[in-house]
Amino acid sequence: MSTTAISPASIESQWSLPYKGSVGMACLITAESAIFTIFVVAYIFYIGKSLSGPTPKEVLELPIFASICLLSSSLTIHAATGALRKANLSAFRLWWFLTLTLGAIFIVGTGREWHHLIYDKGLTITTNLFGTTYYSLVGLHAFHVCVGLIGLFTILLLALFGKVRQEHSRNVDTFAMYWHFVDIVWIVVFTVVYIIGR
Amino acid sequence: MSSESIALTAVREPSRALSDWLYSWVTTVDHKRLGILYILYAILFLIIGGIEATIMRIQLIVPHNHFVSPQTFNQMFTMHGTTMIFFVVMPVLFGFANYLIPLIIGARDMAFPRLNAFSFWLTAFGGFLLYFSFIGGNGLYGAGGAPDVGWFAYAPLTAKTFSMGHSTDFWTLSLLVSGFGSIGTAVNLVVTIVCLRCPGMSLGKMPLLAWLNLVMGAMVLIVISPLTAAQVMLCLDRFLGAHFFDTQAGGSAVLWMHFFWIFGHPEVYVLVIPGFAFASEIIPVFSRKPIFGYPIMVAATVAIGFISMSVWAHHMFTVGMSSYGNTFFALTTMIISVPTGIKIFNWLGTMWGGKLQFKTPMLFCIGFLFQFLIAGLTGIMLSAAPFNWQLSASYFVVAHFHYVIVGAILFTIFGAFYYWFPKMSGRMYNEKLGKLHFWLFVIGFHLTFDFMHIPGILGMPRRIYTYEPGRGWEIWNLIVTIGVFFQIVAILVFVGNLLYSMFKGDPAGNDPWDAWTLEWSTSSPPPEYNFARIPAVRSRRPLWDIKHPEDPDWKYE
Amino acid sequence: MSTTGGSLLAASLFSVRSCFAQASQVPDIFKPASTPADSIHRLSLFVLIITALIFAVVFCLLAYAVGKFRHRATEDGREPPQVYGSNQMELAWTVVPVLIVLVLFFATARVIHSVQEAVPPPGAIQVTAIGHQFWWEFRYPALGVVTANELHIPVSDPAHPTPTFVKLLSADTDHSFWVPQLSGKTDLIPNRINSLWIDPHETGMYVGQCAQYCGTQHAKMLLRVYVDSPEQFSNWVAAEKQPAQSTDAVAVGRQIFEKTACTNCHAISGTVANGRFGPDLTHLMSRETIASGAASNTHENLKLWIRNPDSIKPGSLMPAMNLNDQDLEAVTVYLESLR
Repeated sequence: MSTTAISPASIESQWSLPYKGSVGMACLITAESAIFTIFVVAYIFYIGKSLSGPTPKEVLELPIFASICLLSSSLTIHAATGALRKANLSAFRLWWFLTLTLGAIFIVGTGREWHHLIYDKGLTITTNLFGTTYYSLVGLHAFHVCVGLIGLFTILLLALFGKVRQEHSRNVDTFAMYWHFVDIVWIVVFTVVYIIGR
Repeated sequence: MSSESIALTAVREPSRALSDWLYSWVTTVDHKRLGILYILYAILFLIIGGIEATIMRIQLIVPHNHFVSPQTFNQMFTMHGTTMIFFVVMPVLFGFANYLIPLIIGARDMAFPRLNAFSFWLTAFGGFLLYFSFIGGNGLYGAGGAPDVGWFAYAPLTAKTFSMGHSTDFWTLSLLVSGFGSIGTAVNLVVTIVCLRCPGMSLGKMPLLAWLNLVMGAMVLIVISPLTAAQVMLCLDRFLGAHFFDTQAGGSAVLWMHFFWIFGHPEVYVLVIPGFAFASEIIPVFSRKPIFGYPIMVAATVAIGFISMSVWAHHMFTVGMSSYGNTFFALTTMIISVPTGIKIFNWLGTMWGGKLQFKTPMLFCIGFLFQFLIAGLTGIMLSAAPFNWQLSASYFVVAHFHYVIVGAILFTIFGAFYYWFPKMSGRMYNEKLGKLHFWLFVIGFHLTFDFMHIPGILGMPRRIYTYEPGRGWEIWNLIVTIGVFFQIVAILVFVGNLLYSMFKGDPAGNDPWDAWTLEWSTSSPPPEYNFARIPAVRSRRPLWDIKHPEDPDWKYE
Repeated sequence: MSTTGGSLLAASLFSVRSCFAQASQVPDIFKPASTPADSIHRLSLFVLIITALIFAVVFCLLAYAVGKFRHRATEDGREPPQVYGSNQMELAWTVVPVLIVLVLFFATARVIHSVQEAVPPPGAIQVTAIGHQFWWEFRYPALGVVTANELHIPVSDPAHPTPTFVKLLSADTDHSFWVPQLSGKTDLIPNRINSLWIDPHETGMYVGQCAQYCGTQHAKMLLRVYVDSPEQFSNWVAAEKQPAQSTDAVAVGRQIFEKTACTNCHAISGTVANGRFGPDLTHLMSRETIASGAASNTHENLKLWIRNPDSIKPGSLMPAMNLNDQDLEAVTVYLESLR
């Protein structure tokens, strides 16, 4: 005879566990943090060990404007998710669009910086250990920003078609976690590359 | 006290066209089917990896043998190691986790079924990509372009200068791809266990199988990424001329070793912890007692998970770290033996005073206890760094880690097969053949891996395609090779038993073992929705509470 | 004077060879013949005893449980007492292992320190070992000696110790120097300087081989260490320091050697050959083996090695030299004059 475990209904009514989207994103962020940690360790390990070629001091300029844009985008996305939770859809779209724009400015800034480094300063990934670790670490972060931009754009499109409403707050919050993570990683990368490493 | 039937009688489905049936399997997102796909995939690669091992052992049966060329032999040990770790043990453990976790926590499926399917196919593709190297890569010279850099692919042997052609790239890319699959499955495992437990199943009332897979999943998230990162760096070196591990440009070969072993050591705990989980479910049922010391077992496992991330450089005692580095890693490695030993004592405590039933799953778990004890003790020998300076990179180490992976992990996996086969297939396996498999495998295992310690002690390094006569190694290599054939026969008996029983075995019923966790409350095999009603539980052994209403667990926990 | 040098060489070779008639022996880590290997041996016995005791205790418990608590058909169908745990037991089997770990750890830390922090005494011999795919280069910077594959070191008297300190470098990929009876292994890693030391107290020939996978012919990157008496060692050094002695009888072979690609890889001191990619051949005939131990040093093997290295060591980096039979014989005869 097949049976089941039974219990008073009270257990069922009080039972609530965390939202799976947030936990899933936290897991992904854990894994990504581990990858970034290894690239940061490699960067720090190789500081000062290049046998030749330009040093960080000689070629790196602080990307202040791009960094301000990226870090502000955390504030705008926070405002966006707040607006969505209150069902203020037009505010949500506006803040979301700002977030996307600020992120795009950051990527354009990175691209210009790299163009300058490659063509004006002669620093490529094969030049020396600094080139290798710089482009891979900053590039890994930029790649994650690009993935975020694709997500931001997709959600913006959906929002413009009216598909994103208050009941999707949790889902959008989950994506916002990823975006905040990308910003925090930038703080670490900025510190390691442009402050400590120089 | 009433009880509800929670599974309808299995309905015979109308027979479908073969193409429909195949399509349903290829596109499935059902955790049970994906679990079975993982397990079947692992069995296929177990056989392939076993053939590679057999080829090596035949080459080494006498000194200066000419069974295969050195190039082929070097490909064999690389492929054997890579296959067994990434395409046999990890998939089979993910397969069992996939199948069992939702059932044992009273859920309908994993948290993200489509991610689950995607992860499986990524892993599967990784395996096929690795084996494509035999015909891709450098073509068919010898045995094609399969990687020959060893499963840990030390730099700078993997640099373009020393590994021309694409064989190393096959190694790197296949593991990169399957690594993403592993991370996907780990995300699913963690989220499912954290978020989908049935009402009443707090973390303290979760069966150990769920706890240990939670720890394993969390570890995979942290630990596969260093390998992924290192492999990305290797790709940058090989394809874009970067210098991460390029010693000519000031790069460090030791850095690869650190990154690899930061993955590699916790990885072996990722492999063994689900094995512990199987033992923690099987031993209580066949001792007719609850697991001894549940809270300590959880704490010990979590401790092992943490400590395991601090011991990695015990694989690097010979690379010339300072005495302080060597001392630190010797200490952490010795420390991890404490929670591990605690677990062995708790399993013994479970058996103590019980009524032991020596069915096949239990036999394999007892073998596991015996062999894991020995493996742990040879591990302690290896943790004493100066002793390690003699033993490392020798056949002693090969014997040690096979003792863990085959003697401990594979034995618990066999136990899990026999224990849950009735649930998955609805039929009982043949007990006599199961016992035959056990005894044949025990004989073969001990012939091979007990005596393998001796050539290591006598100075025989690993990864050599032949060896000099007169060093006292010949007799031991002969015995080691003979043991392989017992194991081959045992595996054939195992596979034959499963195949035959799948079609002709006696019907198993819901609960052939009189067990106590939720998977035994539904039909065998379970319906696609697992439970007609999501159960609610009050203790770690919900079925014990039902079967023993006068003495339920929740009074004592 | 060349004849004095020659007879000196012959004398030393004869005495060296007569001691080592047996070509191979068992490199057993439990038969140490040198101080660091001794320290490791003592520690390993201590560890073995402790692990054997642990095994005995746990195995007896397991065997007893399996025997005593098996389900007997005559028993009733009741379940045994459901015991959930015991805090005292958990404490006991936590505290005792922690104590064992502490004991093991201190014993281990002592030996790590004594081996790794050893300071070379004044009489120490300094050798630089450079790992190549798939042979060993040995240089004695203070003594002006360069040789390959077979290392000669003096036996060390505890009263006046003359240990050998070996600096470990690599020319290509990772290798590992392992002669079990003389010391634990240490890796040779490119762009890194490692070291080990040997303090042998018995003369003899000790075998080992590369212990870190380095490519196709890792298996045949063998090692021989000859622990000589002090006189044997100084004779050997004196002979090795001499440049190559050449006679007219081998002029043809020498010409071929110097005109073909041989000189790209090999060095023979006192001649134009100064390649560094392959072993130094100045005193090739003072070695008992060729191809880093893959074959014994005989006329036939030398010819075979030069004609077709893949027949002895397939995948080694020595190319087949494509000499005709006459030239091959001449070159071999020349090489055999390099004593």
